Amino acid sequence: MIRIEPRAKVSNSSTIFIPIIAAIVSLLFAAIPIISAGANPLIAYVEMAKGVFGSVFAVSEMLTRATPLIFTGLAAAIAFRAKLWNIGAEGQLYLGAIAAVSVGSGFFDLPAIFLLPLIIVLGACAGAVGMVAPTYLKVRFGADEVVTTLLLNFIIIIFLQMLLEGPLQDPMGLGWPQSAPILDQGMFPPLIDRMRVHSGLILAVILAVIAHFMIKHSVWGFKLRAVGENSSAAKHAGININRSLFGVALLSGGLAGLAGVSEVAGLKGYLTADLSPGFGYAGIVVAMLAGLSPIGVLIASVFIASVFVGADSMSRAMGISSFLADLVVSVSLLCVLVGGFIAKFKIVRAGTGKKIL
Amino acid sequence: MIDILNILLTDSFWAASLRIATPLIFGVLGALICERSGTLNLGIEGIFVVGAMCGWMATWLGAGLWGGILVAFLCGAFFGLIHALLTVPLGLSQHVSGLGITLFATSVSYFTYRTALPDVSSPPRIEPFQPLDIPILSDLPFIGLVLFQQTALTWLALIMVLLVWYVLNRTNLGLAIKAVGDNPNSVDAQGLSVYAIRMWAIVIGSALMALGGAFLTMSAFDAFFFGMVNGRGWVCIALVIFASWRPGKALIGALLFGAFDALQVRLQTEMGALVPGQVFLMAPYVLSIAALVIAARSADYPRALLTPWYKGQR
Repeated sequence: MIRIEPRAKVSNSSTIFIPIIAAIVSLLFAAIPIISAGANPLIAYVEMAKGVFGSVFAVSEMLTRATPLIFTGLAAAIAFRAKLWNIGAEGQLYLGAIAAVSVGSGFFDLPAIFLLPLIIVLGACAGAVGMVAPTYLKVRFGADEVVTTLLLNFIIIIFLQMLLEGPLQDPMGLGWPQSAPILDQGMFPPLIDRMRVHSGLILAVILAVIAHFMIKHSVWGFKLRAVGENSSAAKHAGININRSLFGVALLSGGLAGLAGVSEVAGLKGYLTADLSPGFGYAGIVVAMLAGLSPIGVLIASVFIASVFVGADSMSRAMGISSFLADLVVSVSLLCVLVGGFIAKFKIVRAGTGKKIL
Repeated sequence: MIDILNILLTDSFWAASLRIATPLIFGVLGALICERSGTLNLGIEGIFVVGAMCGWMATWLGAGLWGGILVAFLCGAFFGLIHALLTVPLGLSQHVSGLGITLFATSVSYFTYRTALPDVSSPPRIEPFQPLDIPILSDLPFIGLVLFQQTALTWLALIMVLLVWYVLNRTNLGLAIKAVGDNPNSVDAQGLSVYAIRMWAIVIGSALMALGGAFLTMSAFDAFFFGMVNGRGWVCIALVIFASWRPGKALIGALLFGAFDALQVRLQTEMGALVPGQVFLMAPYVLSIAALVIAARSADYPRALLTPWYKGQR
């Protein structure tokens, strides 16, 4: 028989290597569905790589896709650090987008220097509002935030459909359920001429760096860790748990809201109910691959975005369903989870105590 | 108000309530078995999708309706086994593993569907389960329509409630399942395998969840659509807490939810002009959150829920 024993010390290199190995394993795993779809996996991988790194346009597409993932990845990473299971980034993303089109599509006709910051701030606030009710219900009634945030995703999307058929509907939109476009001066400026990558990416990177320093070098970051790792000890140390939890919740919701702002004010220009192909849920995978580190989120978003963009272009070239991307993303999550186990525990033979792994 | 009363008095309303409740009964029972043994299974949403896709596709490929149900059951068990391996012997985060299973199971289903049927805009239809037609009973006033003109899957769900209740409360196996979710050390001390009991509970629970999904494509509808599960799995997770982990209360919770959903659809047709339809569509999710909040304060969680257990470590 085998036995599981904790390792004396988790090696530092494992935090870097495990996500990389998980990413590689998940990409190799993709060969199974590719073969079962009747295609040559080597050609498929080449098509994927061409789709991501083959041209400036391809890289721009990949970074465009990574931008919302950085926001939702940060949202999940910060919440999960405090063991606050915010699975509602998808809904909070739409709240941010709703706020962005509400103020940005002509309600205030301000110059760019005022309008864009206003859109950003209000979008973040709207996302944060989405976390108020779940956090209150958790703190006051002990209602599990996993379930409340998940169900709120559905409520918010239905609410959005109501708005898009009512007050937010574009009067010039020929009756389609879409909002009026955001004014030109309210849009994130593009980073490269005639490419879709926009300055929302810069905002995302800046926020990731700020989050990194706050977590590593501030009292707030210490509290965050304390609340997540041992809440009763944190309470004894005089940390107001509820207040810390609300702070984390608002920050997490706000970051998710920014993902919506960046998509609508950076890329699409107007809001429809299919703005996000699951960026909120993919953000959870990003955060886990990143080991909940904000700098890691930047790298993990690039990986997940590459998988999505690469699978899209492979799908066009070879006719393999682009659901392959979701498959690879979910497998990478399961792999990194198992990798975390191998980093923390060793497996030994029960009789002899000999180490197997 | 009179309108609502009129609706509540019709037999078709109660028949619809039981029909809508059926997938939730399977789902809540499955989640209940997992959680009673100490493991939260957030894979439920994805396992619903797998059950819906596999059951329907197996039937379409010629396995027959009950063959399809068996395939759905086995596919659910397979994804349950992955969750069991990750959360029981490895003791990994049940939240993350469950969400991973949901993403994995959903994408496997969607990919398989798209690969098998690349170019269809509307999926091929199967001949779904038909309402039972029991002589005399089906012709009884009121209960004839409500109970005896349901499909066989609804009856299977009701039988499952009895079976799960019986196993949990009247057998040694049930005792072991409950003990492993409350105090695994005591079970270990008796020489039983905590790992085996927990893993079997997750596998069987997940297989039941898949039947809930299969009901959607093989009884409620006759084909598979993207996004058709639409949060039903998450609703079940809320209902388990509402039911305080008891099969009888789980049935009541699912029926209340079904009744509310059926009422919502009927009110929508009557009051559609006054209130936007989306208000009614939101109602079931709001109701689930409300049920969770009401039950949460006094919830008596299985004491070892979410706590991994390793052999040889106290």
